[in-house]
Amino acid sequence: MSFNATRPTLLAAPGVAWLVAFMVVPCLLVLSYAFFERGVWGGVEYTFTLENFARVADPLYAKIFLNSARIALTATVAAILIAYPAAYAISRAPRMSQPILLFFAVLPFWSNYLIRTYAWIVLLNREGLTNNLLRSLGYTGEPLSMLYTESAVITGLVYNYLPFVILAIYSTLSRLNPELMEASRDLGAGPVRTFLRVTLPLTLPGVAAGGVFVFVLSIGNFVTPALLGGGRFQMVGNLVYDQFLTANDWPFGAALGAALILTMIVLLLLQARATAHASGERKGEAAQ
Amino acid sequence: MNASSNPILRIEGVGKAFGPVTAVDDVTLDIRENEFFALLGPSGCGKTTLLRMLAGFESPNAGRILLEGKDISPLPPEKRPLNLMFQSYALFPHMTVRQNLSYGLEMERLARTEIRRRVDETMATTDLTQFADRKPEQLSGGQKQRVALARALVKRPKVLLLDEPLGALDKKLREKMQLELKRMQNEVGITFIIVTHDQEEALVMADRMAILKDGRLLQVGAPEDVYERPADRFVANFIGVMNFIDGKVGVDGLFVAEGLQVKASGNAGSATLAVRPENIAIGPPGDLPVSGAVVDIAYHGLDRVLHVKTTASATPLQVRIPASGAGNWKIGDALSLKIDPARCRLFQ
Repeated sequence: MSFNATRPTLLAAPGVAWLVAFMVVPCLLVLSYAFFERGVWGGVEYTFTLENFARVADPLYAKIFLNSARIALTATVAAILIAYPAAYAISRAPRMSQPILLFFAVLPFWSNYLIRTYAWIVLLNREGLTNNLLRSLGYTGEPLSMLYTESAVITGLVYNYLPFVILAIYSTLSRLNPELMEASRDLGAGPVRTFLRVTLPLTLPGVAAGGVFVFVLSIGNFVTPALLGGGRFQMVGNLVYDQFLTANDWPFGAALGAALILTMIVLLLLQARATAHASGERKGEAAQ
Repeated sequence: MNASSNPILRIEGVGKAFGPVTAVDDVTLDIRENEFFALLGPSGCGKTTLLRMLAGFESPNAGRILLEGKDISPLPPEKRPLNLMFQSYALFPHMTVRQNLSYGLEMERLARTEIRRRVDETMATTDLTQFADRKPEQLSGGQKQRVALARALVKRPKVLLLDEPLGALDKKLREKMQLELKRMQNEVGITFIIVTHDQEEALVMADRMAILKDGRLLQVGAPEDVYERPADRFVANFIGVMNFIDGKVGVDGLFVAEGLQVKASGNAGSATLAVRPENIAIGPPGDLPVSGAVVDIAYHGLDRVLHVKTTASATPLQVRIPASGAGNWKIGDALSLKIDPARCRLFQ
């Protein structure tokens, strides 16, 4: 191997070592549990079996999987619909104020995920801020039960991951040559057609990156469904959590986790391919 | 060249300010049908702002823009029968050459076959047929430039606006494209308005040109008019090379500077004489009225420019002589000069 080929490898070494030690090895370890039988008090009996994977395909669990996917997808779509206009507005704001606006967009990250999620309990509670506000506005009916619903779970997911989507979409929008939109107008397209045929297609990589991010983090999430769903809305994340900590069925939990990771890997690969394709196009444009 | 005298576009007292900065200041200008018109000026002179107002991307604070007598200033860009060729070309990176060209016609909701026919036709005249299915990233600079031009031309605009269209090309290609653009303009019979900071480009291509500075219009005219009869000292200096000699005009009508006299028609008082390097004759010391010494020689191939130090001005005078011409001048040689009084300008 030549010197030039060695150096980049050396530079990547600390990062790779970290990933292998704390990410790949534990993952493989847990994954390997999936091939053994459960121990009586947790842990595993080292007897090989494929039983755990068969159970993952069981309609009962498949339904939870699909349900999680549906909730995650809803959260993803909602997050994109909210984030795109916000990112667009930020990218069109005066250059000087864009960093400030982005700062406000990511401000929630400065507090802990759990605290942010608890805040929604305070907001959505039957005796919470929203119901109090409604009452003070003259609403006299039954207090709305917003907490411990699927909508509450989706709201929590969208709220928590929205900044990522805004950042991802903003980054593609801000790199877009504004003359492309002007060229479209000049060629006879109004603002709507310009958006649909030029702006949107060219910012899809950002939408995809943000969307995959929300989806992947949502489908495996267990804190938000536990807190805002009140345990009534099982998602895969909760199921895995329960298998390890309540049911003491580590092998089955591992099999569920493996299925979850596989879903995420497939999605991330698809997104990486889409981004590589689109960035090739952008490189061509930058060279003009 | 084949320009008729009817104005197709009339810019009437147009002004534009961005906050406290005046970009375009009360510009009135007629562009004739089928002419190749150049808006020329140094960067920041307001020429691009003026072009963007014509295209509809900026709205004027004052004045009107009339296209064939109709005020188009309230119309958004997509409703104006003018097209702009962008400096960055602004080709759609996610579309092929054919799709880039078809885009503008699809917006006019033309029939598919009609779009295909017109795009094919335009690709043929701009030499792009073989690149129809390429994406912009797969094209060279010159090819992209042609796509940008074709994309605007295929719309058959009443006026084509070109923002520094050759700025991104290297010198050789630029010179080739200057002639190419001019040929194309002749062929399609569309009025071209080009923005450039390159005076040579404007001289080569334009039928008429306007020189702008600090948002104001200084002079409008054919390249020869502007070159030979610049309206003021700035234009004289901006277009081509000009020697300036500070002095004064006496009551006898003679322009006088240290060691130099030229017959001039001006009012008595201080004045600046402007003379082109090609309008100064040289001879051996003592033959001609002004004496000087060669301080520098620049060889340009076809001709050479002598920088001659005289008592008349602080900066050496530039004198252009044919490279093949007589006289093997060396740095340090003494010589004498004569300024052609018929070919000078006097600025007071």
